Amino acid sequence: MSDLFIRTRWWVLTILVFVLITMFTAEFQQAQTTAVLASALRQSTPLIFGALCGVMCERSGVVNIGIEGQMLLSAFVGFMVASSTGSLVAGVLAGMATGALMGAGLAGLSVTLLGDQIIAGTVLNIAAFGISSYFFQQGRTLPSGKTPQVSLGPLADLPVVGRVFFINRPLTYISLILIWVVWFILFRTRWGLWTRSVGEVPSAAETVGISVARVRYTNLIAGGCLAGLGGAYLSLEAVGSFERMMTNGRGFVALAVMIFGRWNPIGIWGAALLFGYASAVQTQLQFRGWLADDPQFIGMIPYVVCIVVLAGFVGRARPPAAIGQPYSRE
Amino acid sequence: MRWLKPVAVPLIAVGLALGIGAIILALSGANPIEAYSALIDGSLSSQKTIGRTLEKATPLIMGGLAVAFAFRAGLFNIGGQGQLVIGGIFAAAVGFGFEGLPWIIHAPLALAVGALAGAAWGSIAGVLKATRGAHEVITTIMLNFVALNLTDWLASNPWKDEGILSRTPAVEESAVIPQWGALPTGFLVAVAASIGCWYLLERTTLGFEIRSVGLNGDAARYAGISVKRIVVATMAISGFLAGAGGAIETQGVIGRYEPGFNAGLGFNGITIALLARNNPIGVIPAALLIGAMEAGGSMMQFNADVSPEITDIIEALMLLFVATPIVVRWFFSRQDVAEVSITSGWGSS
Repeated sequence: MSDLFIRTRWWVLTILVFVLITMFTAEFQQAQTTAVLASALRQSTPLIFGALCGVMCERSGVVNIGIEGQMLLSAFVGFMVASSTGSLVAGVLAGMATGALMGAGLAGLSVTLLGDQIIAGTVLNIAAFGISSYFFQQGRTLPSGKTPQVSLGPLADLPVVGRVFFINRPLTYISLILIWVVWFILFRTRWGLWTRSVGEVPSAAETVGISVARVRYTNLIAGGCLAGLGGAYLSLEAVGSFERMMTNGRGFVALAVMIFGRWNPIGIWGAALLFGYASAVQTQLQFRGWLADDPQFIGMIPYVVCIVVLAGFVGRARPPAAIGQPYSRE
Repeated sequence: MRWLKPVAVPLIAVGLALGIGAIILALSGANPIEAYSALIDGSLSSQKTIGRTLEKATPLIMGGLAVAFAFRAGLFNIGGQGQLVIGGIFAAAVGFGFEGLPWIIHAPLALAVGALAGAAWGSIAGVLKATRGAHEVITTIMLNFVALNLTDWLASNPWKDEGILSRTPAVEESAVIPQWGALPTGFLVAVAASIGCWYLLERTTLGFEIRSVGLNGDAARYAGISVKRIVVATMAISGFLAGAGGAIETQGVIGRYEPGFNAGLGFNGITIALLARNNPIGVIPAALLIGAMEAGGSMMQFNADVSPEITDIIEALMLLFVATPIVVRWFFSRQDVAEVSITSGWGSS
C-alpha cells in the first residue's frame, strides 16, 4: 500500500490540487470554470491523438519525431477533401489515410531501409510543411461547416461535468474512446504483447516467431491513422479551416505528453489534460487582460511547462529498451 | 573514380531530388525547365544575384555548422532557429546600444555578444540533457518557441524602435558588417568558421573527445572522458555557431532585428549538415546550393509563376535521399557507404 502510494504520490497530489482548485473556483464562478475545463479538454484532444500515435510507434521500438508533420499534412489533406467534396466524413477519412501513408513511409525508411529514425521523422516534418504550403490555396472554406456538436442526452445536464465531457464534437468523443482502445490493445491482447516484446528485445521476439518488421509496420500505420485523426481534428473540428503551420508544435508537445504519461495511454490522458489545462489557462489569462502588455510571456507557458516536465520526469520514466535502434536479422 | 566517393551520395541525392521536383512541377501544371532556369537566373546570373546567393548562404553555413558539429557528438540540435534569433537580437542590442565606438571594436563586439548569447541558449538544452536526461530534440524545439516569444517581447518592449513596428532600432554604422563589392564580408566570416570547426574537430583534444562521445558514449566514458561535460560543451559551441549566424544576419544583411527573422533556418541546417555528411568544410557547398535555391525562389515565382515553397519540397527530398543509405547502395557496394546514425533514444545521457 505504502509502496503504491510512493509510486503514485505525484499523480495523487496533482489530481488533488486540480480537483481542489476546480471546486474552489466553481463555488463562485461556475461559468468560467466550465469554460476553462471545456477549453482544456479541447486543447488536450490533438495532444491525445498525437501521443497515442507516439505510444503505438514507440512501444514497438520506433521513435516517431514526425508526428508534427503527420498531423499537419493530414489537417491539410482532410481540409482540402472536405472542402471539395463537401463531406466531413470523407475529410476525416482522407486525413487518416494521409497519416497512415506517412506512417508507412516512416516504416519503410526506418524498418526496411534501416535509416535513422529521427532523420526519417524530420523528413516527414519538412515534407509536410513543403507540400501543405505549396499546394495551399487561400480562401477555401468548408461548405458543411465544422463538425457538429453532439450532446449525450441526460448526461449533458450534469453540473460542470456534463458541459465539459458530454457536450462535444464527434472527434473529441472518439479520442476519449481511443484512449481505452489503445490501452486495451497494448496491455490486454496478444498483439499488444507482441508489440511490447518487439519494443524491448526484438531479437528475442524474432526467436519465438514474431515478425519484427510486420509488427512495426502495422503499428506505425495504425499510429499514423491516429495522428491523422489529430490533424483532421485541428482543421475540421477545432478551427474549420487550414492555416500554414497550424499544428504549431503540437506534434512535439505530444511526444512530451507521451513521455510524461510513461508510454501508457491512461497516463497520456492525464498528461494531455495537464497540458490542455496549461493552454486553457493561458487563453483565459489573455482573455482577462492579464499581462496584456506582455502576451509573449503567456505564450511561452505551454512550452516552458513542456521543458520542465521533460527535465523532471524523463529520468524516472523508462522508455522501451529497443527504442531508436534499427533492427536487422544477422 | 576514388575521389568521387565522398561526394557521390550528396550528388545523387541532389540529382534525384531535382528530378522528382521537376515531376511535381509538371504535375501541378508548371513548366519545370522554365522554373529551374528562372531559379538559376535568380541566383547565379549576375554579380548582384551571386551576391544575394552568398548573402543567403551565410546564415545557412552557420546553421549547417551548428547541426553538423552537434551531430559529431551524437547530438541532434534542432534548436538552430532559436539560437539564431537570440544571437541576432543580442547583436542588434550591442549594435544600437553603443555609440562612438570604432568599427574595429564595435562590429566584432556585437558579433561576439550575439554568438555568446546563442551559446548560452544552446547550452540550456545541453545542461538539461547532461543532468536530467531530457532529449535534446524536444527541448531544443520547445526552446525555439520560447526564444521566438522572448525575442518578440524584447523587440516590442525594452529594445523597441520608435514607431509602431515591433523591431529594434537600426544598428550603428560602426557595427555594420560591410560588403566588399558583391562579396558580403559575413560570408568570409562563415567560411572562416567552417575552417575553425574543422580544426577544432580534427586537430584538438576537445574535438577528439567530441568525436569519441559521438562514436560510442560508453567507450568514451570508459576511456575517462566526461560525457556530460562534452554534451554541454558541444551544445554551447553549436549554439555559438548559430548565434553568430544570427549576428551576421543582423549586422550584415538586415541592419536590425525584426520579426520574421530568417524563419525555417533550423530545418535547412539539418539538410545542409547531412548533405555535407557532417563535414564542416562540406557545409560550404551544401549551403551555397540551398542558398541559391532560396535566392532564386522569388525569381521563380516572378518568371515561371511557381510558388517558392517548391524549394521546401525539393529540400525534403534531398534530405530523404541523403539520409537513406540504401538509395545510394544501388550505385555502390555496401561497405563504401558510411551510415548516418545518431539516434540515442530518449533517456540516455
